[in-house]
Amino acid sequence: MPDDKAMTVLIPTPLRRYTNGQARVSVSGDNVATILERLDTEFPGLGERLRDDGGQIRRFVNVFVNGKNVRDLDGLETKVSPGDEIGIIPAMAGGLSAGSPQS
Amino acid sequence: MTSGAAEFTLPEGMKSAIIDHARREHPRECCGVIIGKGAHPNRILEMKNVAEGNRFYEIDPTQLIELEFEILPAEDLELLAIYHSHPESVAFPSATDIELAFWSEAVYLICSLEMSQHPYVRGFRIRDGSVDEVTLLS
Repeated sequence: MPDDKAMTVLIPTPLRRYTNGQARVSVSGDNVATILERLDTEFPGLGERLRDDGGQIRRFVNVFVNGKNVRDLDGLETKVSPGDEIGIIPAMAGGLSAGSPQS
Repeated sequence: MTSGAAEFTLPEGMKSAIIDHARREHPRECCGVIIGKGAHPNRILEMKNVAEGNRFYEIDPTQLIELEFEILPAEDLELLAIYHSHPESVAFPSATDIELAFWSEAVYLICSLEMSQHPYVRGFRIRDGSVDEVTLLS
């Protein structure tokens, strides 16, 4: 039976290996934290890529709800509603490590 | 482009655009992407570096969301390469560049301005901590 409380989660290319190649999946939940938990239940290994050992969203992963970064909203507590679109995007980033020789 | 190919086509115009971008952003690091299809680069997109200081880059995640979930699917294109500059060091991935190379299907291009009169670009595949240089074809 279709889940009418489901939200669409957009999966970026580097993480589609965990979702059998799917670019968008449906998950239900009340907030971002439950969405991420259920993603990990449904797609083992994915959660580890999204959250650190303390359960927080990894520094170099961004989660958007309807185009807004949850870091600018209520983080993991950000409420979500049926029909919302949740986008996950790993960073494109780099730099010289503090104190390292320029390399 | 075959995933893992040891060559990458970087047309002269795009290479010049990366160097020009690096010079404009100096002393900060510049960043951007090349999108296209297979072995055929379509265009270069300059992106906003939201990292603080002059030693890091982080592409604006809001731009990334738009790129990955709107622009690329709408135009049936792929992310082919990610570029950034090293304003004062050689064109080789730093430890942090390697650690944060989440987009392993893309080629990582680095533009060095270490020798300001002789900027150059090199390309690498970075996967699971290993770095392999790719030959850049014009």
